[in-house]
Amino acid sequence: MSLPPEFADLEPFADWALETEAERYAKRLGSTMDELQAFYDAAFPRLEAALAHLDGLPLDALPEDATRLLWLCYSLVNASFPVEVWRQPRVPDSGAATMDMVTEPAV
Amino acid sequence: MAHFAKPEAGSWTEQYPELGTGPVSYEDSISPAYYEVEREAIFRHSWLNVGRVEQLPRKGSYFTRELDAARTSVIIVRGTDGEIRAFHNICRHRGNKLVWTDYPAEEVDGTCRQFTCKYHGWRYDLEGALTFVQQESEFFDLDKADYGLVPVQVEVWSGFIFVHLDPDNSETVASYLGELGAGIADYPFGEMTQVYKYRADVGANWKLFIDAFAEFYHAPVLHAKQAVSDESNKLQGYGFEALAYQIDGPHGMVSSWGGMSPPKDLNMVKPIERVLRSGLFGPWDRPDIGELPPGLNPARHRAWGTDSFVFFPNFMVLVWEPNWYLTYHYWPTAYNRHTFEGTLYFVPPKSATERLRQELAAVTFKEYALQDGNTLEATQRSIESRAVTAFPLNDQEILLRHLHKTARDKVAEHQARQGETAVQISAAS
Repeated sequence: MSLPPEFADLEPFADWALETEAERYAKRLGSTMDELQAFYDAAFPRLEAALAHLDGLPLDALPEDATRLLWLCYSLVNASFPVEVWRQPRVPDSGAATMDMVTEPAV
Repeated sequence: MAHFAKPEAGSWTEQYPELGTGPVSYEDSISPAYYEVEREAIFRHSWLNVGRVEQLPRKGSYFTRELDAARTSVIIVRGTDGEIRAFHNICRHRGNKLVWTDYPAEEVDGTCRQFTCKYHGWRYDLEGALTFVQQESEFFDLDKADYGLVPVQVEVWSGFIFVHLDPDNSETVASYLGELGAGIADYPFGEMTQVYKYRADVGANWKLFIDAFAEFYHAPVLHAKQAVSDESNKLQGYGFEALAYQIDGPHGMVSSWGGMSPPKDLNMVKPIERVLRSGLFGPWDRPDIGELPPGLNPARHRAWGTDSFVFFPNFMVLVWEPNWYLTYHYWPTAYNRHTFEGTLYFVPPKSATERLRQELAAVTFKEYALQDGNTLEATQRSIESRAVTAFPLNDQEILLRHLHKTARDKVAEHQARQGETAVQISAAS
């Protein structure tokens, strides 16, 4: 089970379909800028199509493939910071600081 | 150059002569002895917000809070009668912590019908009464009625659950929160049940992080790289001026401009923000929540963006113009450490697009807060050198001056009550 068929072009990046913020943030920190850029370049142009697809479905009862597409969109949001502003995976000037998401929405 | 009007006194600070305008000492943030007094004087003698009613959705719902500064752990529980109660989290038999799972220092939540001590199996009902003693006949004249859980004062205000650890306290939360609380009491907090909560262990005194979030003077500089560069340069050129400041008793608030949701020029914001129509100030397309309560946007300014309320000692509420709010809590764990909690609350999304807009706001919050948190550790380390002992605060830092003065006053009042010799902390060196 992976992404909806209309988004087969994003299958090479299906490993970004991660359920929790902690997993998404860890994958971001564990990626090189080239990897983040490649993911962003593939997914960002598809964001509006993904929103249109997902908005046609009930948010509280998404099929599994749509849920994974939504998770991938969450990862795109996370990866947009290094690509659009930081030019590095980590937040600049955040050296020793950590911030864990301890509660997040179920979907 | 001033962009927004100041009060007739000439400055926000000089409206409150008791605050003074001279340099301040941060000895109150680097002295272990002083922190020990704060624990008693402040954290055992103030209303503390420990959560919201949505965390206790049904009978038997409970959660625990570790109040290290106040030297206790509390259980907050909704009883079979629907009432919310609070108890010290300690078994009356041999003092074992009553409610916890694998790690004694970690907070837990859940739903149960009674509390059972892991150690010897003593049981308490949800109203705190001791209901079962293992091998009761082995005890000497033990009357279970004498060994209920030790209650803690608890009160709910606009859905926020507060506890007070002084059993002799006679002030209500509403009275304690004063005019600033009353001005936002009718905000529809209870409709905003979509929650993102962050937690961080920060290597700085608890007051230093409140300082960081009670002024926006730092924002155009520390967070410069967060905006696209033209916008960033412009913001730094303007600097920061608040729309209004208010102080009432131990509490204060700052009202700030926004204007970024949506921005006048879409080129001011990042591509992801343009597509999702969201950012630091939240989703640009706001849910309808009806009329705002009178305490928000006190200057009635059309450029209003967010109001930050500092409720002493360690609770902040930020209400954002696009109809969502967030809370900050600062729980001291040592004179130079605390646990920070930042919690974002939105009206539940009706579509994936709305959900992603909230995600962007929540992720953006973390990017900013990581920079703030890291800077604090740098501040703590350097002020501990005592190479510099007096620091000038400007008019946009009025709430810092007020917070540190309030804390010093509470400590002094407590020591006067106890007849103790004051720990020597002056307003300025």
